[in-house]
Amino acid sequence: MQLTKRQQASTFNLPRPDWWRGSVFLVTLILALPVLVIFSFIFTPSGEVWQHLADTVLADYVSNSLLLVFGVAIGTLLIGVSSAWVVTATSFPGRKLFEWALLLPMAIPAYIIAYTYTGMLDFAGPVQTALREWYGWGYGDYWFPDIRSLWGAALMLTLVLYPYVYLLARAAFLEQSVCILDVGRSMGMGPWAVLFKIALPLARPAIITGLSLALMETLADFGTVQYFGVDTFTTGIFRTWLGLGDSAAAAQLSAMLLVFVFTLVIIERWSRRQAQYFSSRTFKPMPRIKLTGMRATFAFITCFLPLLFGFLLPAGQLLSWSIDTAGEMIDSSFFSLIINSLLLAGSAAIIALVIALFMTYGKRMRGNKAISTAVRISAMGYAVPGTVLAVGVMIPFAWLDNTLDSWMRDQFGYSTGLLLSGTIIALLFAYTVRFLSVSLQTVEAGLGKIRHSMDDAGRSLGYTPGQVLTYIHLPIMRSTLLTAVLMVFVDVLKELPATLMLRPFNFNTLAVRAYELAGDERLADASSAALAIVLVGIIPVIMLSRAIARAKPGEEHVT
Amino acid sequence: MLLELDHIDIAYGNTAVISDVSFQLEDGDIGCLLGPSGCGKTTLLRAIAGFEKISSGKILIQHGVVSSTHLHIAPERRRIGMVFQDFALFPHLSVADNIAFGIRTMVKEQLNKRVEELLVLVGLEGYGKQYPHQLSGGQQQRVALARALAPRPSLLLLDEPFSSLDVELREQLVPEIRRILKKEKITAILVTHDQFEAFAMADNIGVINQGQLQQWDTAYHLYHQPASRFVADFIGQGVMLPGTVLNQQQVETDLGIIDGEIPTGCKKGCAVDILVRPDDIIHDDHAQQFAEVIDKRFRGADFLYTLRLSSGNEVLCFAPSHHNHQIGERIGIHHEIDHLVIFPQEK
Repeated sequence: MQLTKRQQASTFNLPRPDWWRGSVFLVTLILALPVLVIFSFIFTPSGEVWQHLADTVLADYVSNSLLLVFGVAIGTLLIGVSSAWVVTATSFPGRKLFEWALLLPMAIPAYIIAYTYTGMLDFAGPVQTALREWYGWGYGDYWFPDIRSLWGAALMLTLVLYPYVYLLARAAFLEQSVCILDVGRSMGMGPWAVLFKIALPLARPAIITGLSLALMETLADFGTVQYFGVDTFTTGIFRTWLGLGDSAAAAQLSAMLLVFVFTLVIIERWSRRQAQYFSSRTFKPMPRIKLTGMRATFAFITCFLPLLFGFLLPAGQLLSWSIDTAGEMIDSSFFSLIINSLLLAGSAAIIALVIALFMTYGKRMRGNKAISTAVRISAMGYAVPGTVLAVGVMIPFAWLDNTLDSWMRDQFGYSTGLLLSGTIIALLFAYTVRFLSVSLQTVEAGLGKIRHSMDDAGRSLGYTPGQVLTYIHLPIMRSTLLTAVLMVFVDVLKELPATLMLRPFNFNTLAVRAYELAGDERLADASSAALAIVLVGIIPVIMLSRAIARAKPGEEHVT
Repeated sequence: MLLELDHIDIAYGNTAVISDVSFQLEDGDIGCLLGPSGCGKTTLLRAIAGFEKISSGKILIQHGVVSSTHLHIAPERRRIGMVFQDFALFPHLSVADNIAFGIRTMVKEQLNKRVEELLVLVGLEGYGKQYPHQLSGGQQQRVALARALAPRPSLLLLDEPFSSLDVELREQLVPEIRRILKKEKITAILVTHDQFEAFAMADNIGVINQGQLQQWDTAYHLYHQPASRFVADFIGQGVMLPGTVLNQQQVETDLGIIDGEIPTGCKKGCAVDILVRPDDIIHDDHAQQFAEVIDKRFRGADFLYTLRLSSGNEVLCFAPSHHNHQIGERIGIHHEIDHLVIFPQEK
């Protein structure tokens, strides 16, 4: 293949001056603005509030966040790696089902599983009630662990975040050629030795990638820790911003959190590069070890427990609550919630798609190092926690609003009020920054399937560049575009902290409503909104599992 | 004259990629651009197709200018067909729809008839409803050819069309494609780095090196009368043997005195290099001259021996495969150099 850059660039002849390239850089700059604003506060002198925070709670924020990260790391590694190994290396009844069902917990946002378990495990909940009835205990007669604690939060996050580790570990195990593992077998290693001496070390880069993604989500989590009363960076930022009203201190906290997050990003990038060295050329899937009897039962339990506690129980509880409360909760205001959420998520998804298309086509036609870097930078938002993003959006937007407003008043005696901050625009902007990477990745992968020679083939068959887009790109890209829209749509619907901090006054979404009701201890009432979010969240899980099924043709021959 | 390139230059920025290339292709002929990778042959083909602009010179297709310094006709208006290295079949269309892609404005009945005709031509009757990913590499290549031929282009361009196929399939497809092109009287240009492919396909071959056309000629002439050291080196096997010009008809070398036409630039006493092909050296047990076997390669029908002459210079020699000699053995040889190829010695 001798596709040089100049050949690619000549596919379509763009007019000079090159406004397309320029716009890509401009868009990147705008998207990077929130993070740049946050980091700029590292250099501003710390104020009184910051000093106060540093003296009192900062140490707690750091230690709690780190303990949480530690707990989630252990939990997701244990569950994710063991279940991935069992479904790839062995065969037992139900294995095919688990292969995709193990992804289902991804559909539940962490804050929703936290509300659900709180409701299930609190004094009046079904578990404690059943225990009391069984043993005839009364109030205060027995000890019961409090789920609303740091370790409870770590457990909740583990239950919904282990699929990141599972997905990447599973893919890495599948890629391992039978040849490499056979070398181990030929040297007299048993299946356990093969796992620990060969398979795990080979899969380590992929596992670390999945782990760093899960940990980024952990650091970004606001709903769970806030509800459980665990003081971490995100709750601290929220309180400093809303409670103390000190944007500089909130931004400084945010900057500190971002340092932790970007450390994870660097680890993720680095381990992704490592992973490339390990894939072998001649690929033949490994034969599965057939399990029967006790060993099959053990494998089944290994896969069933995460599914049970991560999805079946909480989803079932939500379902039963919402059946109980449907009568009063599902009314016209609930439908306006749904409409708000759908419109918001839909608009954000389409904005992200348009920008992603714009950038990927820019890269395709005008690709050079600078453009690739710009595209990578604009995809960095996925790592920025919602609370941090909200602060980073609010500060420049408020400044713009105030500047414009005072200028208009000076010049024309007319107040423009708030144009950007506190409006849907701020919210949509934040979503775009956070979720553009989802859209970008999907569109880039889709466009990558259309080789440059296909463009040339179209041209040589008498099609103009516009017709090439209509008759070749559009039909091939159609499902990709749909996927990109759906993925962002679902992510926006699940997003809580940025929505909470940036939404216009009295503007509610499903996520915010679930948060408010749960905050009022009306857990059963929150279930309709929560269930709606979970149901929508299943969509990308289905798409992922279909991609999994497609990604390994020929598996039937081997099993 | 179907295609004419007139002193073409192509440059990216200040880097010249193609300089001063001219050649012509007659109606119904198959031409080939041959050269090592990175020599500019694909760029030249893409310039003919209209995917690259030229910085000076002219390209004419059917006597009409399609590229010049100031004019650039878009590829879709050049009436060319193109077959790509990776075939570039559209994955979302069936074989029949792929072939029909360039003739969608045709009346439905005629279109179907044309597609059917092309499927028969490339030997894929009954495959119309299949999708590209269901076909083998060789079949995909035939679909790509049928698709390019469908609009009856005035010129067909083939960009390394066989390089992604394995050797066996290539040997089978190359003559078959040539037969199809000749039967349909298609004028075509092929780009390749494989000289045997070029020999098997093309009527005329242009050897390109570093953006310059070294020679535009038939395969026979490229082999026996290379115009430059590069062509002599690139086409076929052989070595350069030093010699001294004796007079206008004779050169003295380690192999003895060789007769032939000496270019006028070389006077008596001039130091030259003579191209000696392996088939110029005949192994002959009764010969006067001996050479030492220093390497041998068994190739089935024959051996390729590397021989060291008494002077220390080396030559290659094809010998029938039953002449199995050991390394270090001295064997008798004589030369039969019919086409004397001489280059002045490099300093």
